[in-house]
Amino acid sequence: MTFLHHHRWLTPYLLLAPGIAFLVVFFVVPLYYLGYTSLQEGTVQVGYTFTWAWDNYSNAFDQYREQFVRSLEYAGIATVAALLISYPLTYWIAFRGGRWKNLLLLFIIAPFFVTYLIRTLAWQNILSDDGLVVNALQLLGLVAEDGRVLATSTAVIAGITYNFLPFMALPLYVSLEQIDKDLIEAAKDLYASSTKAFLRVTLPLSMPGVIAGTLLTFIPAAGDFINAELLGTPNQAMIGNVIQSKFLEITDYGQAAALSVILMVVILLLIVVYTRLVGTERLAG
Amino acid sequence: MKDPFHRTNHPITREQLLRRAAVGGVTLSLPGLLAACGGGGGIEGQQPETEATTVEQVLVDEITVSNWPFYIDQNDDATKFPTLEQFTEETGVKVNYLEDINSNEEFFGEIQAPLSRGQSIDRDIIVPTAWLCARLLNLGYLQKLDKSAIPNIVNLEDSLASPVWDPNREYSLPWQSYITGLGYDPKKVGGELTSVEQLLDPALKGKITMLDSMEDTIGLFLLEMGVDPSGEIDPTAYDEAVAKVQKAVDDDQIRQFTGNDYTGPLSKGDVWASIAWSGDIVILQADYPNLEFTIPDTGGMTSVDTMVIPTGGDVYTASTFMNFFYDPEIAAKVAAYINYITPVKGTKEAITEIDPALAKDPLIFPTPEVLENVYEFNAEAIENVDYQEKWQAVIGV
Repeated sequence: MTFLHHHRWLTPYLLLAPGIAFLVVFFVVPLYYLGYTSLQEGTVQVGYTFTWAWDNYSNAFDQYREQFVRSLEYAGIATVAALLISYPLTYWIAFRGGRWKNLLLLFIIAPFFVTYLIRTLAWQNILSDDGLVVNALQLLGLVAEDGRVLATSTAVIAGITYNFLPFMALPLYVSLEQIDKDLIEAAKDLYASSTKAFLRVTLPLSMPGVIAGTLLTFIPAAGDFINAELLGTPNQAMIGNVIQSKFLEITDYGQAAALSVILMVVILLLIVVYTRLVGTERLAG
Repeated sequence: MKDPFHRTNHPITREQLLRRAAVGGVTLSLPGLLAACGGGGGIEGQQPETEATTVEQVLVDEITVSNWPFYIDQNDDATKFPTLEQFTEETGVKVNYLEDINSNEEFFGEIQAPLSRGQSIDRDIIVPTAWLCARLLNLGYLQKLDKSAIPNIVNLEDSLASPVWDPNREYSLPWQSYITGLGYDPKKVGGELTSVEQLLDPALKGKITMLDSMEDTIGLFLLEMGVDPSGEIDPTAYDEAVAKVQKAVDDDQIRQFTGNDYTGPLSKGDVWASIAWSGDIVILQADYPNLEFTIPDTGGMTSVDTMVIPTGGDVYTASTFMNFFYDPEIAAKVAAYINYITPVKGTKEAITEIDPALAKDPLIFPTPEVLENVYEFNAEAIENVDYQEKWQAVIGV
């Protein structure tokens, strides 16, 4: 105790120590190793050597631009779709859910007690070529008679939207639930229409949830590979599929690591632009 | 009635083994004990060859075996592996049986890192396809078998006795062979299939799958082009075969590239025809009699999934395990369930007692004509990095 008395300045650092240690072990070291690997070349047979192989980066970008663009596109569409589904849903739960709030929230989360893989495989059955869903869509003329849903980009995007929905819905719910209802009432007292009250009061106050939700959905979605693998064809392969196969199947660790670094940097840049546009201070509420 | 546990080449009992171990017990050393603990991790490097011959002949309590899914007999509700239980009953060795090999490439990716550092992968036996076993051997990741524990090796089919990469079967023993051909539903396809070219018919657009293993899919296309895939493969011929598949991908003709997982969509009817493995289709036919398996007129592909002992595995116990499955009676039980091609002589006779119809199934006991029409992909070409990259580009990753 006396030691800390004399070295008061140490206290904050000591309190930070576990967190810093965690970050070093689970973030800094892997990141360094990833960067190091990305500049290696070689094969399993001859071994891998560090050669400042910048080629890995230029090759990765040239060869897999298509998959990069596709990943960002799918992740973007899925994020918007998840937002459009989650907002009314969580709005209703937060403002009209009453005493059923917790139960309704549980309904959103319940499917996610089942493992990711099984849930995605279930979509193979649901969207099966001769299944109820596809037959119904064909009757409605939304899908051509000989058309299909499974193994198309629609299926992949739908799968991603479904699988990441809770990451959107939960932060949204939290920020909507925290809104003081009196503020909306006050807006109406000042002759704001319901629409105007929503646009000027509710929506701005829920922005932290929107931002957190979109980030939490977009980032993992851009790196996802399960949905493209199980619900798509080779023409729907995302960058995650490429990285997975480079790491695990052809053991081209250098290029796999380079692809991972590129993906990370691209996402980071997008986030910087995004948060600049909408304002980071809103993230903190 | 014949005693089901009586077997022709009965291995020594556990008591005998223990006695034998006690006699040789003076040599029981710490490294020996460590090795006997089977995959405790951190066993350094490969055992030097001289040591392999004097390995302690003591069975460990449990061994871990990695195999492909649906590659061993199960009871009716798929809760037990009867032959593995019989092995445990006879030897006292428990088997931790993992069905965790789905693709050779992926499995290699998983085990490569520890093996390259000379570490154990906590497995005593793994069962990759022959070309990967050859690679593992070249990299020094395998241990020699203890042949003194495998008297049943005399039952190994002659045609499989000396592969180029392990001519005396010192490091490896076949588990099962398979044939790659076409699995399909004739009603949906609208007739017989006799060639891979037919898979490219626009009428089947989006209704076919191909295997993601290059040797299977490209092998069939090469055969159709009149190129023998077991010999030297000319780069122009290879490129031509790859271009055909690439065009099918671009046209949205191919729904997916798969491992074993084509069986689901094929049986559900979402997929009408697949490049497929013989045994899978025989198994599916039990529930889906509408499915057919055929070898294209120009030939099919074949290979051997092979048991090997990786670094850190317990050689003696693993060898005892291999010996057990080289008993024709046991091999027959496995073959009767999984319907692949067994490498064990005498299985056909033994299987007649289980189900005479099986002994006549040409997919389980192929006729000489069938065997003449199947080819094993050139192992060097499989290892060709340029070929690998071109193939990966086709399958979209």
